[in-house]
Amino acid sequence: MEKRVVFHNRFLPYLLVAPQIAITLVFFFWPASQAVVQSVLREDAFGTSSYFVGLENFQLLFEDEYYANSFKVTALFSTLVTTLGLSISLVLAVTADRLVRGTTIYKTLMIWPYAVAPAVAGALWGFVFLPGPGVFAWLLAQMGVDWNFHLNGGQAMLVIVVAATWKQISYNFLFFLAGLQAIPKSLVEAASIDGAGPFRRFWTIVFPLLSPTLFFLIVVNVVYAFFETFGVVHSLTRGGPAKATEILVYKVWYDGFEAQDLGGSAAQSVILMAIVIGLTVIQFRYIERKVHY
Amino acid sequence: MIERRPIADAVGHLILLLAIFIVAFPIYLAVIAASHTIEGLSQTPMPMLPGSELLVNTAKALFDGPQMVGVSGATPAIVLLGNSLIMAIAIAVGKIVISLLSAFAIVYFRFPLRNFFFWMIFITLMLPVEVRIIPTYKIVADLGLLDTYTGLVLPLIASATATFLFRQFFMTVPDELIEAARIDGAGPMRFFWDVLVPLSRTSIAAMFVIQFIYGWNQYLWPLLIASDYQYQTIVLAIGRLIRAPDAFYEWPVIMGMAVLALLPPVAVVLLMQRWFIKGLVETEK
Repeated sequence: MEKRVVFHNRFLPYLLVAPQIAITLVFFFWPASQAVVQSVLREDAFGTSSYFVGLENFQLLFEDEYYANSFKVTALFSTLVTTLGLSISLVLAVTADRLVRGTTIYKTLMIWPYAVAPAVAGALWGFVFLPGPGVFAWLLAQMGVDWNFHLNGGQAMLVIVVAATWKQISYNFLFFLAGLQAIPKSLVEAASIDGAGPFRRFWTIVFPLLSPTLFFLIVVNVVYAFFETFGVVHSLTRGGPAKATEILVYKVWYDGFEAQDLGGSAAQSVILMAIVIGLTVIQFRYIERKVHY
Repeated sequence: MIERRPIADAVGHLILLLAIFIVAFPIYLAVIAASHTIEGLSQTPMPMLPGSELLVNTAKALFDGPQMVGVSGATPAIVLLGNSLIMAIAIAVGKIVISLLSAFAIVYFRFPLRNFFFWMIFITLMLPVEVRIIPTYKIVADLGLLDTYTGLVLPLIASATATFLFRQFFMTVPDELIEAARIDGAGPMRFFWDVLVPLSRTSIAAMFVIQFIYGWNQYLWPLLIASDYQYQTIVLAIGRLIRAPDAFYEWPVIMGMAVLALLPPVAVVLLMQRWFIKGLVETEK
């Protein structure tokens, strides 16, 4: 898509893009290239000089059991957040869509967790699950669970999953509802006249037509679980107990800042970049398909 | 609706009301916690009805901050809220301004390297702060921007999403307008200010809501840049406080702070709901 009529000026367009390009170069491209450079270097014990080590940082990383653990934790965490968040919000959106009255009010009352910061969501749920005053902690204790998510890794994972999913439901709900409302009513009515019941109609008509939305949301949710949940983990569990909730992004930060392992952290950055690029490519493949759809 | 199913309708309303209740539940508890004294809160489980100390605890959070031994975190919430506000507004306005300018250049001019610049902006989508933490921190440190508002804001201002949104909108502006402007003798900047920017009002509002929330909710970046308590944001302070060893004695004040931290962005979303949904849906196109 191009404009037919344009302005002619030799210098002005460069001046106009200059601020954005300058910031992009200084704070995006330079640091990204530095991450790549640093990932093949190692600093000596005093941090005064660094020397080339090839792919050794990566090799060490793949031999590191904590890194393997971090991958497993991230896989579990993002799978749980994505499936739970999507299924809950799909049920809610389908329910809201078939009601005649109240959809707008329900929408208003559902969307606001989107605005809550991940770290604050962590604080709120941490308090609900806090042994002692926490209401859910008390309920679980009543049911005979030995509850303390500061000590039990599985329980810590449960709490960060709840906090991260809670925050993302509103986003998924909005997109599912928009997707549902875009499905032509005549199709559903036709199926109904042919004698298809509500479940049959959902699985054979609504769900296939909703699949582009679903696919888009899967990618968005995986990206969210991978990269935007640092605040949840940092505020709730600090990656613990015993690294049970150390997701990849948390480990990059921890190794670089707390453990001061610059080479290892840079190598992890490079791997994360590869993951983001992969996810973005998948997303754009999907957008291309949607155009032909 | 296809069939009339009164029972299914009732069940539907029930499910949604239950969902809304669960969604609001942790915030309700935070408000309740902020309305009790620490003695009142020290039951198992905590009381479920509001106490009388909400104003006292909120005032304490606003003007004193939690007084904890282990953490020098006694920054009053009013300072933290001020920092968050500066950061959120500066990021939102900054992103909108530089993205309007670059989208204008890319849509309304033909110049060498145009596609190259577009591609450069596009690729920043793939480089979130989280994947280039240490090198970006180093650059900000080398520029002497640690513990400054510039350091908090500037690196987060480049935005591919805003540029795309404005580019897409500019594409829909009829060519007749630019022809008319030309006949009237208006130059490009005159056209930009008097025609394009006023036409983009809705897109700008939508972008403002999304980016304000983005800026307000930043966590990792202020954690790196703001080691001085004078520059910390309220979201960062919450993350630090709840894991402090002696947090227990300050729960009412901390939960009061958590409520203060989520009120402004939630208010922006609810008050600007129409633009918010537009912004959300259109940036993802």
